[in-house]
Amino acid sequence: MKYYRSHILIGINETSIAAGVQGFILALRKELGKVGLSDEINLLETGPLGFFGKGICLTVYPENIHYENVKIEDVQELVEEHFLKGRPVPRLILEASSKFQPQFNYKKRIVLRNSGLIDPESIDAYLGTGGYEAWEKALLNMQPQQIVEEVKASGLRGRGGAGFPVGLKWSFTAPLEAKQKYVVVNADEGEPGTFKDRLIMEGDPHQLLEGTMICARAIGATKAYIYIRGEYKLCIMRLQKAIDQCRAYGIIGENIFDSGFDLDIEIKIGAGAYVCGEETALIESLEGNRGHPRWKPPFPGVKGLWQAPTVVNNVETLANVPYIIANGADEFKKHGTPECSGTKVYTILGDVAYPGLCEVDMGTPLRTIINDYAGGMKKGFKFKAALVGGAAGVILSDRLLDVNMDLVSLDEYSAVLGSGAILVMNEHQSIVDILWSILRFFRHESCGQCAPCKNGTQLLYRLINKIKKGEGTMDDVDMMITVAETMQYTSFCALGQSPIMAVRSAIENFRDEFIAITKE
Amino acid sequence: MVNNVNVWIDGKEYEVPENMTIIEAADKYGIYIPRLCYHPDLPPTANCGVCVVELEGAPVPKRACCTPVAQGMKVVTNSLKLRSYRKTLVEMILSNHEVVCPTCVANNKCELQTLANNMGIDPYALPNIVSEKEVDLSSYSIIRDPKKCISCGRCITVCNEVQTVYALTNSARGIESEITTAFGRGMALSPCVNCGQCTVYCPTGALRERSEVDDVWDAILDPDKHVIVQEAPSIRVSLGEEFGLPLGTVTAKKMYAALRKIGFDSVMDTNFTADLTIMEEGTECVNRLKAGEKRPLITSCSPGWVKFMETYYPDLADCVSTAKSPMSMFGVLSKTFYAEEHNIDPAKIVSVAIMPCTAKKFEARRPELRDSGYQDTDYVLTTRELLRMIKEAGIDFANIAEEEPDEGMSFYSGAGTIFGATGGVMEAAIRSAYTLVTGEELENIDICAVRGFEGIKEATINIPGFGDLKVAVAHGLGNARKVMDRVRASLAETGESPWHFIEIMACPGGCVGGGGQPYGNDIASRARRGLALYEEDCSLPVRKSHHNPEVQRIYEKYLGAPNSPLAHKLLHTNYFKRSISDGSVVSEATKKH
Repeated sequence: MKYYRSHILIGINETSIAAGVQGFILALRKELGKVGLSDEINLLETGPLGFFGKGICLTVYPENIHYENVKIEDVQELVEEHFLKGRPVPRLILEASSKFQPQFNYKKRIVLRNSGLIDPESIDAYLGTGGYEAWEKALLNMQPQQIVEEVKASGLRGRGGAGFPVGLKWSFTAPLEAKQKYVVVNADEGEPGTFKDRLIMEGDPHQLLEGTMICARAIGATKAYIYIRGEYKLCIMRLQKAIDQCRAYGIIGENIFDSGFDLDIEIKIGAGAYVCGEETALIESLEGNRGHPRWKPPFPGVKGLWQAPTVVNNVETLANVPYIIANGADEFKKHGTPECSGTKVYTILGDVAYPGLCEVDMGTPLRTIINDYAGGMKKGFKFKAALVGGAAGVILSDRLLDVNMDLVSLDEYSAVLGSGAILVMNEHQSIVDILWSILRFFRHESCGQCAPCKNGTQLLYRLINKIKKGEGTMDDVDMMITVAETMQYTSFCALGQSPIMAVRSAIENFRDEFIAITKE
Repeated sequence: MVNNVNVWIDGKEYEVPENMTIIEAADKYGIYIPRLCYHPDLPPTANCGVCVVELEGAPVPKRACCTPVAQGMKVVTNSLKLRSYRKTLVEMILSNHEVVCPTCVANNKCELQTLANNMGIDPYALPNIVSEKEVDLSSYSIIRDPKKCISCGRCITVCNEVQTVYALTNSARGIESEITTAFGRGMALSPCVNCGQCTVYCPTGALRERSEVDDVWDAILDPDKHVIVQEAPSIRVSLGEEFGLPLGTVTAKKMYAALRKIGFDSVMDTNFTADLTIMEEGTECVNRLKAGEKRPLITSCSPGWVKFMETYYPDLADCVSTAKSPMSMFGVLSKTFYAEEHNIDPAKIVSVAIMPCTAKKFEARRPELRDSGYQDTDYVLTTRELLRMIKEAGIDFANIAEEEPDEGMSFYSGAGTIFGATGGVMEAAIRSAYTLVTGEELENIDICAVRGFEGIKEATINIPGFGDLKVAVAHGLGNARKVMDRVRASLAETGESPWHFIEIMACPGGCVGGGGQPYGNDIASRARRGLALYEEDCSLPVRKSHHNPEVQRIYEKYLGAPNSPLAHKLLHTNYFKRSISDGSVVSEATKKH
């Protein structure tokens, strides 16, 4: 094997592609060749690097130096200074890297453990990290029942928003006798401000596939679908490549590893409706129908895709599974809290110094996440509120900055972890505006199937519009709660049941702001 | 084998079959759960949310219409919270509904109005969010008014799942979503067959017939016009409901009196041409049987069915009887035979039909149905429209003195009257076909095998000299589709049809359940109306079409014999192949008659 003095990791994601990373790589390669360093410096195209810098970002090992917003004009200087003379270029170094070391600590990561470290388009790279060993173990050394038990014991809960215990979900479907069962990966990440699934899939598609395979084996499904939003072009490309590689290596297909087990994985591209992230609407869409939710019961675990027993799991959820199988439930439970084991991947955005992606243990306080993983507030700004969990989430005020971020602790404050998006707002932001934005989103995304949601989302939007213009009264504000609460209790699916969270938390936590903007 | 489970509803224990939903269980024991989109005839659409109930252990209320009962389930149907949510919810639905109750056709029949009224709801409690959407006036039969639509989805269910016509669907999202036809082109440019079942199940006035009441009043009040009216068999058993008469009261003679009082110049009866249809169709059937025809003969009275056949089964159009429907036979005779006999210029005759049917409005406008030289039938009123005329005229229908119809085209047999119920045409045809084949009279004329509400009924009747006559009866287009698929497959495989003679009615229950029948037109009342027709049949002096003296007279004086050249010219028609996408004529499916 070739020995390299340094490895340059280049994050290829939608952001860096937009910044022209392809041209940048060509220029860098050319420049390295020109100075004769091609054999000494390894250039690795990888997924998200784990921090969310601007533009094109690089990480250099073993120096452990992170560059951000590097431009094609910087190539010459970078090569000459850093790689030829050994002097990193200070003006390009990501300021955050010295300040918030925990973010770059890969030891505590589960889901993102390979992200930014390996070439996501190479199955060999994944195998090199111990990839597919869990799959082999699950297939050859474990009975389906054992897999379900192990996942149950791990305490893993769904990462899509509802937090349903994963092992329990599988245990409903596993014993059912059926000609065909399905695993459906919910990669229709639609919650505003959430892009963790995208980065998981861009950075380590094989880990998701491995989790999917283990789930299929556990419940006895021979076919898996990945329902992914159409905008995620890079994910789709990388996942397809990964599936093709697995087929070529015999990791999926017929009679895998002579076990007698067959499995195929197929990607289905969604059209971008928010409601299709709801598992039954997703199934309808997968069947080629309009994305309208179905009534539960029967639950998808009993009658799902084409009326066959179907387990629908979120990307992050399944990406945890290989670790659990490989290392055991006990190892997994070392992360997080007793009720909520494992880690959680967050996307932090808004008025923080370094918006980005992080994976932390369940139960990490909100303050720690903001300060240690996002560099705290932007210079000169004070924290006012955080919208946690996307549009279907809750607006937390500074009183809850020290809340532990896990399902149980948040539930005490009627808050949710949701999708894992944390939108931080400074003291100048208007809560009325953010609520308006959320309600406009729900109005746009309501599928129109049921009366409470169809009419309720429009009514809420009308009311917040009136309030925003200064034409509303406190009666209108209270009417919003009445309408949203009625929606919560009478809507058909989770979409219509959700606006109450933002409405109530905004109005209760920031009532003064509503009093100030309304008329007598 | 369905097991029973024990559920507690509002603290009391009940034993119910495990395959029931909560609302079915509650209804069984007379416990009322408020509802709006739920209808016992249809699978639940679960769209409105009004029927939510609290379940012990469930964090949010559940819809009673689609939540199955379970052993030990504890249901609360009313509480402070539930009542408050339901009120707000109905306010929310009203906020997106054009509240024009006084002039709405559904006034006093509207399920939303009733619910809101019962709950004491202020329709203006919430801001009005009705959006400007165009009323679909494209169809001759049905108007679709999105501003009154509450998106309950019943029309989609009945159109797609019961009738399998697939004309209606959801489009767009959220507040912009609308129940509409494909590409929003309008009912007239869709596969809609005008059966009107959507108007029957619409809880509001969003789907309704296209009214021709004003045109009919104009004709009546025009001294130059001679307005002749005919009434379909099933009308006489549904008119009384609106005036407090028991369901299934036969009101033929009150109907004649009311029509005369409204001002029609000549009051006749479609039942007469129903008997005539039996003579024409029966003769056609017997001739085919005698010729050893392997393809079946299928009835052609139901205009919804005819358009459905032209759209989905044009390859089998040659199997459908060429006989016109009773309405169209009456229409053409009113401007030929009647005009000549009474020496009236047919140009001055306005022929009006009272039908239980919205599709008849479409049929009347078929360009091929102008064999009198004029549009054979000028206006078609549904039962609901006639009810409005009776009320506008201030007639006390329940107490009006009975009158006889005018003579010439109004006498009818029991065979003619049972046309209005599923299986009736078949039974009427058998009564006469038996005589046509054997020359003898059928003794036991109650052919119970083809009666009743089973979706597809089959029977075998032994006719001496012919052998076993195999017949099938289907009502509701979903059942028609099953029968036609079997015929098509059987013809392709063996060249023979499983049945010799098939009756098909577009609407479940036949005409008694037609799309133009009075509100409250559920399966149970359809069954009662149907029974009333059989009761009238039993009470009539003549029960076979070929014994109808007026039918005998018209053949003697005018038409000659059944299937004569003149009968063929006036009383038979031909069919077309239609586009599945927009219902327009693609080509001729059978030769011009």
